[in-house]
Amino acid sequence: MSRLGGVVARRAAQALAVAIGVSALCFVITQRLPGGIAYRIAAGRYGYDMVDADAAASVRDELGLDRPLWQQLGEWVVDLLQLDLGRSLVTSQPVMTEVSHYLAATLQLALLSIVIAVIAGAGIGVVAARRPGGFADRFSSLWVAGVRAVPPFLLGLLLMIVLSAQLGLFPAVGHGDGGIVLPALTLGLSLSGLVARVTRDAVIEVRGSAYVEFAQTKGLPERWVLVRHVLRNAAVSLVPYLGVQFVVLIEGVVVVESLFAWDGLGHSLVHAVFWRDIPVLQASALVLALLIVLVNTLVDLAVLGLDPRPRGRAVAA
Amino acid sequence: MNNRPHLRRAAALAAVALAVTACGSSQSADSDTLRIAGPFEIHSLEPSSDGYFFTRLHVTETLVTADVEGNLVPGLATTWSADEANKVWTFELADGVEFHDGKPMTPENVVAVLEKMAADAASPLADVGVETIRADGTSVVIELSEPNVSVPATLSHYSTGILAPSSYDAEGKVEKIVGTGPYEVAKVSLPSRIETVRVADWRGKEPEVEKVSFQAVGRAESRAVMATGGQADVVFGLEPAGRERVESTDGVDMESALQPRTILMKMNAADPALKDVRVRQAISMALDRESIAEAVLREKDIAATQLLTPTLADWDAELEPLTYDAEKAKALLAEAGWKTGADGTVAKDGRPLTLELLTYPDRPELPALATAIQAELKKVGVKVDVEVTNSSEVPAKHGDGSLQMALVAKSFALISDPLPTVADTFAKGGSDWGTMGWSDPAVDKAVAALMAGAEGEEAAEHRRTIVTSAQEQLPLVPVSWYRMNAAVSDRVEGFQIDALETSWRITDIELAE
Repeated sequence: MSRLGGVVARRAAQALAVAIGVSALCFVITQRLPGGIAYRIAAGRYGYDMVDADAAASVRDELGLDRPLWQQLGEWVVDLLQLDLGRSLVTSQPVMTEVSHYLAATLQLALLSIVIAVIAGAGIGVVAARRPGGFADRFSSLWVAGVRAVPPFLLGLLLMIVLSAQLGLFPAVGHGDGGIVLPALTLGLSLSGLVARVTRDAVIEVRGSAYVEFAQTKGLPERWVLVRHVLRNAAVSLVPYLGVQFVVLIEGVVVVESLFAWDGLGHSLVHAVFWRDIPVLQASALVLALLIVLVNTLVDLAVLGLDPRPRGRAVAA
Repeated sequence: MNNRPHLRRAAALAAVALAVTACGSSQSADSDTLRIAGPFEIHSLEPSSDGYFFTRLHVTETLVTADVEGNLVPGLATTWSADEANKVWTFELADGVEFHDGKPMTPENVVAVLEKMAADAASPLADVGVETIRADGTSVVIELSEPNVSVPATLSHYSTGILAPSSYDAEGKVEKIVGTGPYEVAKVSLPSRIETVRVADWRGKEPEVEKVSFQAVGRAESRAVMATGGQADVVFGLEPAGRERVESTDGVDMESALQPRTILMKMNAADPALKDVRVRQAISMALDRESIAEAVLREKDIAATQLLTPTLADWDAELEPLTYDAEKAKALLAEAGWKTGADGTVAKDGRPLTLELLTYPDRPELPALATAIQAELKKVGVKVDVEVTNSSEVPAKHGDGSLQMALVAKSFALISDPLPTVADTFAKGGSDWGTMGWSDPAVDKAVAALMAGAEGEEAAEHRRTIVTSAQEQLPLVPVSWYRMNAAVSDRVEGFQIDALETSWRITDIELAE
């Protein structure tokens, strides 16, 4: 089997196992949470103070929450096999529509945040690595400490007040007209600190390596050394790190999402847990689990492309 | 708008990877759009869930509606009347009403919607005892199993907004809102945005504002930025810090109105400690409500002196106000057998007085108020454990009898007439958001008489009986009233704040150039 095929096959098997495990776990955990499930769903549907025993009873009847648990879970699995994720218990919307809406918003935000983090973080990291201990390096340490120390909520609020309320550059909330910029900037800047750190260390390490010394010795211009040898090899450390951060961003940055009224998956997950909206919860968890597998696959493939040296058993062979 | 912000914006956009932002659609702030922001999200299109968005935005209409003072006025029904026994109600429908899909509204359409709501536990129409609903010529007749005087007020509730048959999908779920009001839906993006546009050739007076947008913004901090930064024209639900910022900003003002909503402690009067009225009175007297309101809500004058707000004029019986008297509270506890122990906590038969106070975070001030109450009660030797949880734990724990005290924000006018809510609050045997383990036969009698249609001086006497008993017996301990507020931009003219939130009165608004 080719190495590419190996990666994909291994990850596909992993995806299937994760999907089954995660959805069953979700179902069981939701059932085990304290509080009457019918009451929680009714609170989600009718507003927090409109719930009474009658409303809860009618929810219980309508959704058949009295049925044995294995029957409810079984039904979900059968529907899932037909690619039917059902309807939300709270909003009555098809789960597919709902989750894909939130997922699209989350992916947009996560992607732009990563782009910002890489531009700001890797840029600072590369400059800092030029002269370890120099001015740029000290500035980068300050930057790392600064953006890590400020909680994203506070950073978001500051950006909102300065860029939105004072300067009027971007809308403070919502989805259109550049509304993505502030939440992405908040997340991207928060993340850029560590990206800068990882980049700096990787670049310094690579610079000290024999192959860089060789490239310099053979007279390659400094810029080409940086692009062809240093950055490419530093990226081998950076890409898996970014993969992990991307997953964190997708899983939800609830605080930032709620500050900027950005309807992402984190927001939807919190509501689904709060309301015991099991189909939405299961579907969101399923999508997230698959996405994590997908991101890991892409990271594997990217690293394989960046550093095609054989490894593992292939080395021994 | 001049050119410089454009330039700056373009430069900044480029700096943060312009390409990816292109996916957002353009929703620039047109000068003909009234932009509203508020805390609550639109979770569902079902009228009994979040139907109030569409009545407040004048998209759907109810048969009866309320003016800004809360008086019932015609909506889709022009007149209404009941038989002698208040058991058969007839609503005469307005002429020439058209749905936004162009189809005329028929009495059968109205019957279909009302039947749905009469069977929906979350609509107050389900509680009036509907026997049949039928069309009769150009009117709709509702027959009841019990006399009920509140049917017109009930039909002003948002859940009874009339939707066109084309609103429903094959399973009978609402998939889009097709109403009859002066505005129609242009776009709904659940859970956070609604855009509406003025209906051409609407049957009544054409409103001035052409387009309206509503944006749900969960964080009060973000709403405050929108209000002060001119990114919304009307912003509901600001917290004290945001209100202060708005007040010091030019071009935007705070408007507010006392709502018929009370933050109160629901007491389990069947609890071994709380069944003694002296203990409940002591708890009430131990609360320095003015200081609590000042500290938490930053508004001293909404400290409650009675259960129902004085704005519900019919129900205001000029009662002796509830006052703060910690010494008397201690004396009452001692009289009830609770003696101060070594650690300062009162105890009876060796058992300290420890009570659980349940509350929920949906209204952010509730947990803060709960801890303030905890501190006040500690001063008189009552130990309170605050439990912040989901709101639905209140009815759930009411149901299984395990509740001791719950701090809740209760609206007394879900519909324009407080009577059905008051009747439910003091229902015989208790109710989920009302009394628990408490009864007063005089109150039961007064409620029944009012529901059967008592009028004039007799009705006033019954109302006095109810509020007096509540004040003396304290099955519910009022803590504070509620003021709803909105930050309103100077470009909005004719804004009126409606304490009942029947509508946002957009049809009375004009936007200055």
